[in-house]
Amino acid sequence: MTEITADPSAAPQTNGAVPSDGAAAPPKHTWRSILAASEVDTRLLGLVVALGLIWIGFNILSGGDFLTARNLWNLSVQSASIAVMATGMVLIIVSRNIDLSVGSLLGFLGYVMAMMQWRWIPETFGLGLDRPFTWIVVLAAGVALGALIGAVQGFIVSYVKVPAFIVSLGGFLIWRGLIFRMGAKGQTIAPLDHNFQLLGGGASGSLGEWKSWALGAIACVAVVLNLAQTRRRRRRFELSVRPMGIDVGIGALSCAGIIAAIGLVANRYKSPITGLPTGVAYPVAILIVVTLGMTYLTRRRRFGRYVFAYGGNPEAAELGGVNTRRTIMFTFVVMGILCAISGAIQTARLNAAVTNLGVQNELDVIAAAVIGGTSFAGGVGTIPGAVLGAVVMQSLRSGMVLLRIDSPSQDIVVGVVLVTAVAIDAALRLGKKTVVAATLAVGLLVAGVIIQTGRQ
Amino acid sequence: MSDTTSTPLVEMRDMRVSFGGLHAVDGVTLDLKAGEVVALVGGNGAGKSTLMHTLSGAHPADAGQILIDGKPVVIRNPRDARAHGIEVIYQKLALADNIDAAGNVFLGRELRTRTGSLDDSAMAAATQSVMQRLNPRFKNLKTPVKSLSGGQRQSVAIARAVHFNARILIMDEPTAALGPAETAQVDELVTQLKREGIGIFLISHDIHSVFDLADRISVMLQGKLVGTVDRADVTMDEVLAMIIVGKMPADVSSDEMAGLHGPGTH
Repeated sequence: MTEITADPSAAPQTNGAVPSDGAAAPPKHTWRSILAASEVDTRLLGLVVALGLIWIGFNILSGGDFLTARNLWNLSVQSASIAVMATGMVLIIVSRNIDLSVGSLLGFLGYVMAMMQWRWIPETFGLGLDRPFTWIVVLAAGVALGALIGAVQGFIVSYVKVPAFIVSLGGFLIWRGLIFRMGAKGQTIAPLDHNFQLLGGGASGSLGEWKSWALGAIACVAVVLNLAQTRRRRRRFELSVRPMGIDVGIGALSCAGIIAAIGLVANRYKSPITGLPTGVAYPVAILIVVTLGMTYLTRRRRFGRYVFAYGGNPEAAELGGVNTRRTIMFTFVVMGILCAISGAIQTARLNAAVTNLGVQNELDVIAAAVIGGTSFAGGVGTIPGAVLGAVVMQSLRSGMVLLRIDSPSQDIVVGVVLVTAVAIDAALRLGKKTVVAATLAVGLLVAGVIIQTGRQ
Repeated sequence: MSDTTSTPLVEMRDMRVSFGGLHAVDGVTLDLKAGEVVALVGGNGAGKSTLMHTLSGAHPADAGQILIDGKPVVIRNPRDARAHGIEVIYQKLALADNIDAAGNVFLGRELRTRTGSLDDSAMAAATQSVMQRLNPRFKNLKTPVKSLSGGQRQSVAIARAVHFNARILIMDEPTAALGPAETAQVDELVTQLKREGIGIFLISHDIHSVFDLADRISVMLQGKLVGTVDRADVTMDEVLAMIIVGKMPADVSSDEMAGLHGPGTH
């Protein structure tokens, strides 16, 4: 991001990631050289730091109420649904499109899934609620319908060439309207299937203590194996390898984070009903799986490579022989699937399908992706960034609730943070440090004033 | 250099492309042999790039026939062209700026592991070995190509063609965006590729580089082929006359020849 002004005589410690034109060479073992050698995404790191500051700030302002196992556990559950959709929005925005329909689509799919278990399956097959396979059949049908709707919207965008803004604006109106036209005429549907409810992470919708530790152990092993495999592959092709110390450091930090999240939050929080450690909530477990899957899709699959190539230069992708239309259409299919998953989470969490489910979610999802570093210019964005963006948004809301800030003031603060985050990102990219500082100062000042004056 | 007895690598017969009523390419016939550089010159809008688009699959021809190794082929899109060993290096490079060198070299033709994942290490290694040949100083395999210099970006574009064993290379103003040193580097590369038996169509505005590199020169004007000449048989002035007046050297009057150097002719 910033120019490295290094002593050119310093021996290069690192690999090909450093410009070799003699313009810059890494100095010995400053934190910058370590950062460069670690190949860690500096934007992502900045976001983690910002999130840490937000958490510490709210903890101080709330007199220690924020950084409690209970609050962080709730925060994780509340972030999950938006974060799941934000990972899909990254692909949409990276390939220079937008999807305004996700909130309505989520509401529609949630309503359909509720109708299925509450009315359609019982009336057609004579099977009541709480059959063992109801939840999975309903979820699978919701996901399939989400994929189909995504495919239709994507087809109109990529083959019929209607701008995504228009197609998804149409979807925004259509899917919400259809909720009211369905059999139940827009009434609230409750209660839902028992197993289905677990998807929402309610009282018993968590992994429990030992399964959470097992999940953590699997995650730690996966991190270490991934690091080792990368080293082995790079060695095999005689490419430069990261210094061993840095790989060990990354592995140790990741594992420490995983253990802390499970030991200090998930398993520390005792269920108010049973008094036992709750463990990782199902929506969070779903989010982890979605994040890993989407990261794999974007970084290790051809489809993801094409999405980014198209976003970087549509003409180059086309001339390179990429089937750009199919690629774009598929981004909407992925988005539809994720809307179904989030719809299931939200419906299950409410234990009811309501007509206004997911209202304004499209804005939260877009904001999460953008705060997470996704650029509207196309070609730039990461999945973990979007998830962090969703957590940042939810942290702000949750912290302000703790501080008893009224809801309109919360909206103002989130709006200010959104614009400030993007402005800082733009200024950083142009290397204008004074602009960064000024933007940050103005943003913090405005947010601070709103928070102070918005207390009830 | 060129072997006149064997079957041409590429023959384009009576190619036509029109946009609305405008005949961008109007009945052009050209050929290219292995290990030969044919320069395509002409003013702006002469139809050079459009003609090459019919060969690269970027824009289909309305009429005409393309033969490769003497066999008629149909080229509807870039994928078809590649299947015949045709690679293009575009004026605007056509690189995805946000992706690294290896990602660009393999764009659309990624190497994959058995599970279908991208094999980034293998692609990086292959890119490194191609780069060793083209531009040994090139080390930035993992930074987005946005941060590379013009010459390095051009190396990436050329590496893409070279790695996939192009037999026919179309270079559309390959040095338009480059400085003198980088231009010299690309010129050297053209000579090297030619030695390896690759046939090259070179679109250029730079008459000096055309005379340095080309074996034959085809001149176009307003969508029509003025003619094709052996570089050894003509002077730069004669080629300029073909570009501007649109006549073969033998048909140009001395008045017209003199006019070339008059005020405001080009």
